[in-house]
Amino acid sequence: MRLSVEELACRRSGRRVFTGLSFALRPGEALAVTGRNGAGKSSLLAILAGRLRPDAGQIRVADVGEASLPECLHAVGHRDGLKAALTAGENLAFARALLGDARMEPRAALARLGLGHAHDLPVAYLSAGQRRRVALARLLVCHRPLWLLDEPTAALDVASQALLAELMAEHRAAGGLIVAATHQALGLEDAATLAIAAPEPGLDRPSPTPDRDADWRDADVEDWA
Amino acid sequence: MSRALLALIARDLALATRVGGSGALSLVFFLMIVALVPFALGPDLNLLSRIGPAILWLAAVLATLIGLDRLFQADDEDGSLDLMSAAPVPLELVVLAKVVAHWLTTGLPLALASPLFGLLVALDGTGMGATALTLLAGTPALTFIGAVGAALTASIRRGGLILAVLVLPLMVPTLIFGVSAAESASGGTVPFTTPLAILAGLSLIAAVVGTLAAAAALRWSE
Repeated sequence: MRLSVEELACRRSGRRVFTGLSFALRPGEALAVTGRNGAGKSSLLAILAGRLRPDAGQIRVADVGEASLPECLHAVGHRDGLKAALTAGENLAFARALLGDARMEPRAALARLGLGHAHDLPVAYLSAGQRRRVALARLLVCHRPLWLLDEPTAALDVASQALLAELMAEHRAAGGLIVAATHQALGLEDAATLAIAAPEPGLDRPSPTPDRDADWRDADVEDWA
Repeated sequence: MSRALLALIARDLALATRVGGSGALSLVFFLMIVALVPFALGPDLNLLSRIGPAILWLAAVLATLIGLDRLFQADDEDGSLDLMSAAPVPLELVVLAKVVAHWLTTGLPLALASPLFGLLVALDGTGMGATALTLLAGTPALTFIGAVGAALTASIRRGGLILAVLVLPLMVPTLIFGVSAAESASGGTVPFTTPLAILAGLSLIAAVVGTLAAAAALRWSE
């Protein structure tokens, strides 16, 4: 899969968030999106995921057959799409059946993320870091060539961050693409960086962008299991 | 594709029975309303059995609203809706699967339990059977109409009341034909099958229009 983005612009509630973003990714390449809070990192990922309409610009995908862009990607962000009342295994089995192109069994994927014991636990019982790891296990239960990761290391402990870096390296070695909005270039040291600039001074900017990477969510939450 | 939809239906059925699900809630609410009516009207069996089908239908309309506000809102809040929009399935079919699951946990138990609740309003055997049959044919229309309101209010906090105000007027035709079918079974000039056929037609129309409209509303809100 190849992805190219040209002159992308985003406007939310009538306010310009960013303009003129361009990048291209070939198989095995990754992009680290940086920028201060409110610069539009999450908005960029939302546009790529098809949840937000761009104000201008073009997104092209190649070598994916007839699939549309949302059908080629995994998105892991703050809203993790996990049902608290279902067990971790049930959540993953559902994602596996829903998204198609199944790979690992939920139990094996959880074991890879170090959560083998949580297979039969309701997600409501898990800590923030463990929930994030269940969401990351979704990357393994079905294959999607593009991973969109929004602050993937949020709430993860050091060992899990290293594991995530390992997973990202494996995905790229297999020809996958990664776009990650992150403050830490963990595991993406060799990746291209796209810095979304802060708006020019003097530009009217009455309120911060309502994107979903509020600071409190970045707080490190310790695993208690 | 059908595997994805079956997984979605199975997940929603499982969620309805877990903590925070509204599994048996609408059934209990239905029972409450039906049980309150004899207390309000007094023990006049003739009056009760005459207005019985209307009471059961009114209770069914109100009970359908239970849990409807969370139909899409819960999935919108936790990001499940984003997951579903990444599935290789059109959003219309996702909506259809969710509404079917919702009907299986609210409308169907309601229709099946209505003969029992008919006892509380002194319905005779024919009346009970007829009311149950009309509810079976008519509650899908209620659920699909409600789904449009649920999709429109998916991103609104406390959208439950707005939902009720939006969809209750649209449920009026279903209510009219449902009650008239149930009443015509126990007497009257209209043959039973005429309003029942119209009721079934309303359900089929609501299934098509409701699914498309709810999916459009979800797309529009994104």
